[in-house]
Amino acid sequence: MEGLSKPLPLRVRSIIVSVAILVCALGLWELSIPPQQAAGELTEYELLTGGGAPKAGIPPPSQVMTKAWEQLSDPFYDAGPNDKGIGIQIGYSLYRVLTGYFLAAAVAIPLGFLIGMSPLMYRALDPYIQILKPISPLAWMPLALFVIGDSQASAIFVIFICSIWPMLINTAFGVANVRKDWINVARTHELGSLKTAFIVILPAAAPTILTGMRISIGIAWLVIVAAEMLVGGTGIGYYVWNEWNNLDLTSVIFSILMIGVVGMILDAIFGAVQRAVQYAE
Amino acid sequence: MAKSFLSIEGLAKRFPAPSGGGGPLTVFEDVSFSIEKGEFVCIIGHSGCGKSTIMNVLAGLDEATEGGVIMNGKEVRGPSLDRGVVFQNYSLLPWLSALKNVTFAVKARHKNWSREEVLAHSYKYLEMVGLSGGAELRKPSQLSGGMRQRVSIARAFAIQPELLLLDEPFGALDALTRGTIQDELLKIWRGTNQTVFMITHDVDEAIYLADRILLMTNGPEARVAESVEVGIPRPRSRDEIVEHPHYYKVRNHLVHFLARRSKELAGTKSTAPGGKPETVRFGAEDGEEPARPSIYAINQ
Ligand SMILES: Nc1ncnc2c1ncn2[C@@H]1O[C@H](COP(=O)(O)OP(=O)(O)O)[C@@H](O)[C@H]1O
Ligand SMILES: [Mg+2]
Repeated sequence: MEGLSKPLPLRVRSIIVSVAILVCALGLWELSIPPQQAAGELTEYELLTGGGAPKAGIPPPSQVMTKAWEQLSDPFYDAGPNDKGIGIQIGYSLYRVLTGYFLAAAVAIPLGFLIGMSPLMYRALDPYIQILKPISPLAWMPLALFVIGDSQASAIFVIFICSIWPMLINTAFGVANVRKDWINVARTHELGSLKTAFIVILPAAAPTILTGMRISIGIAWLVIVAAEMLVGGTGIGYYVWNEWNNLDLTSVIFSILMIGVVGMILDAIFGAVQRAVQYAE
Repeated sequence: MAKSFLSIEGLAKRFPAPSGGGGPLTVFEDVSFSIEKGEFVCIIGHSGCGKSTIMNVLAGLDEATEGGVIMNGKEVRGPSLDRGVVFQNYSLLPWLSALKNVTFAVKARHKNWSREEVLAHSYKYLEMVGLSGGAELRKPSQLSGGMRQRVSIARAFAIQPELLLLDEPFGALDALTRGTIQDELLKIWRGTNQTVFMITHDVDEAIYLADRILLMTNGPEARVAESVEVGIPRPRSRDEIVEHPHYYKVRNHLVHFLARRSKELAGTKSTAPGGKPETVRFGAEDGEEPARPSIYAINQ
């Protein structure tokens, strides 16, 4: 055969293997689940104890895909507080994540600049950062709920507090480690401190800062699910929890997949920005 | 006595004793010399004797422990656009294209110029160093070492500083590129009234380029011991320069200094008043045999 004479490019081969893994995994999953007994075959006792309810087993992938099709063909329906489309739920989560995240960036990046440019501030603030950084963001939740009162704002605060550290630390590190030579270029050209910050330090430290921002958005997306399970009301985290309470495992699995997909898209966006500011020395 | 354009007076650089023990380190001391307007001066000495430190002090990027630098009758305090620097490692900003590396400098110099003026001026200097036709739009990482060096020279010349400071600018280049860029440097320098102070390791390069060569003794406690006048008329050509009666005298003197005397003189005090280096000048006595070509290897 002619097609076999030349090996396929690595990219194509890797796609083939990925698809094969997916097909095998889904196939195994589908086969390993015993078919649901039809209601007519159940004894009266089984019916009474709920044997026919979906909790009897994990749904097969075909059922999840049907659910996905249903949900994704109408993602923005709104039929009351406990029945909103997946698009609306993800929208709420993204709104909280992005608000908390950009508030954190607005604080972390200027503060990181200050810390990175001033050895005094670096040393002075270091102990606080070291103590605050390892605190699980959810540990702030009770305090936030008490102080802020509003559950929405508390969730945003939790996102703020969890995204701030990687950005702050990376900005400070990036700024502190800008090559002396480049600073000297700025100095010999008589750039003022503001111009030096924007023309030399910011682009020089941008790849490090973006790495911090990318780590932060990943953490923020991890944390929002847990935070929304706690505060409830809306959002993808609440949705997962709510469907669990409804014993709708199909929806639970579907929303888990959606959390992964959105996280991947967020990471890809920041990855693209990171590549855009990358430079080779 | 008329004041020199640039005068370096009693410069010393000391570092405090390291915490691990040992005494304080005096890199150099009693370094005094002066440079006239329009002069091309090279400084030669072994690694670590403090050449880059002296240059950084001249640039205003570093501070001497003792002594000072006076340019145009004013003490040098901090960097200035009047003193352009070509750093040893080019120091181009890697996220900017070659062109933007130059326009950034031109904008810093001429804050009220229009975009067109800045571009035209930058292109003039990029073309002068032979960088145009698309290469100027590439990032430094996409350029060869020689091209990067050209950008760095174009950047320094484009701001038209009164004093140009070059730290081993051709050290990393192959012989062919080095020759071309040396000629470009001379061409640009001749067309202006700029003063050049250049660090080099290369004796032949120094003789080809300089009016005067300063010789430093080995560190620590290094000093500028001699000032050798090259005395070969310009324009110089590479082939003919070796036939000039001064050439091998100067060359032998430099090589001998680097090989032997820089070590012997290390740590000794200057005998001249004010610590000025001793001037070495070769007269062109007729009929005298040119000295035997030197075959010393220079160990750096
Ligand atoms: N921070 C420092 N502490 C101690 N010694 C230093 C420091 N910085 C530079 N030196 C010393 O200064 C000397 C001069 O360095 P440099 O000016 O780069 O020499 P050159 O350019 O002639 O090779 C070196 O011997 C180096 O050991
Ligand atoms: Mg050096």
